[in-house]
Amino acid sequence: MTKAILAKKIGMTQVYDEQGRVIPVTVLEAGPCRVVQVKNDQIDGYSSIQIGFIKNKEQRVNRPLKGHFQKAGLKPLRYLREFKVNDTAGYKVGQEIKADCFTAGDYVDVSAIARGKGFAGSVKKMGFSRGPKTHGSHYHRGPGSLGAVAPARVFKGRRLPGRMGGWRRTVQSLRVVEADAAKNLLLVRGSVPGPRGGLVEIKESVKGR
Amino acid sequence: MDLIKEVEKRSLKEGLPHFGPGDTVKVHVKVVEGARERVQVYEGVVIGRQGSGARETFTVRRVTFGIGVERIFPVHSPSINKIEVVKRGRVRRAKLYYLRERTGKAARIKERRY
Repeated sequence: MTKAILAKKIGMTQVYDEQGRVIPVTVLEAGPCRVVQVKNDQIDGYSSIQIGFIKNKEQRVNRPLKGHFQKAGLKPLRYLREFKVNDTAGYKVGQEIKADCFTAGDYVDVSAIARGKGFAGSVKKMGFSRGPKTHGSHYHRGPGSLGAVAPARVFKGRRLPGRMGGWRRTVQSLRVVEADAAKNLLLVRGSVPGPRGGLVEIKESVKGR
Repeated sequence: MDLIKEVEKRSLKEGLPHFGPGDTVKVHVKVVEGARERVQVYEGVVIGRQGSGARETFTVRRVTFGIGVERIFPVHSPSINKIEVVKRGRVRRAKLYYLRERTGKAARIKERRY
């Protein structure tokens, strides 16, 4: 059974392990989520579960969605996300998913929309090295040469300045430090994309550490 | 932010002495040598505290054999057995980085009287 849950990123702090070492952790408010729809091979052509998170006001939901929730027999939820699963057997519509679907020591993949950085230069965006700041240098943070003269054009895929961030990013194989269903709390080692308060998708790690 | 406080609450130590910049402290640090564990005492002047909650740290400076050594300890680290305040100092700023440029008599700190 593939495990998945939605969460809100709260922020980062640190905890100590048994040896007194510091572990940097991201605090996530995970669940409680509800299974809104179970898709299967016969009807939908693939199997997945759709889960919802954070209750929503009745008047904020449009008619089609209202019907969708009604069919599931649930109150409206603010966020709906779908997760592909190999086997839907463990999931039923209306079922509650809480933080304790993961346990400490599990490895998870965490996806979210990364913070938008706006129009960023090649130094920040692609990690190009910069030129000298002084000693008569007129070359500071430019991208350098765009290629040879012979083709008389710039090849596709050339890394150039442009919009950075604001896209979906996944961080793989983060260790779950703690999961507490009573407090809807999930502590994950390391950092997670997105701003504080942002929606975060948590899945069992594909690398299966 | 409440959830963060909740998480940090467990790491926070109770009964820590009040100490700040200018104070001379003895820090009892657990040191693991192979399988053995012993307590080492590090004594020096607190030259600053930084951060808040479970992330708070303090810097202790001492001069040994003419070489200045600064160690940064997390206030709530479980590897610190005890913090003892030896002397209270009277200082007028929060970070005593100016001590780095001073040696001998100039690096003294007046003791605080109550």
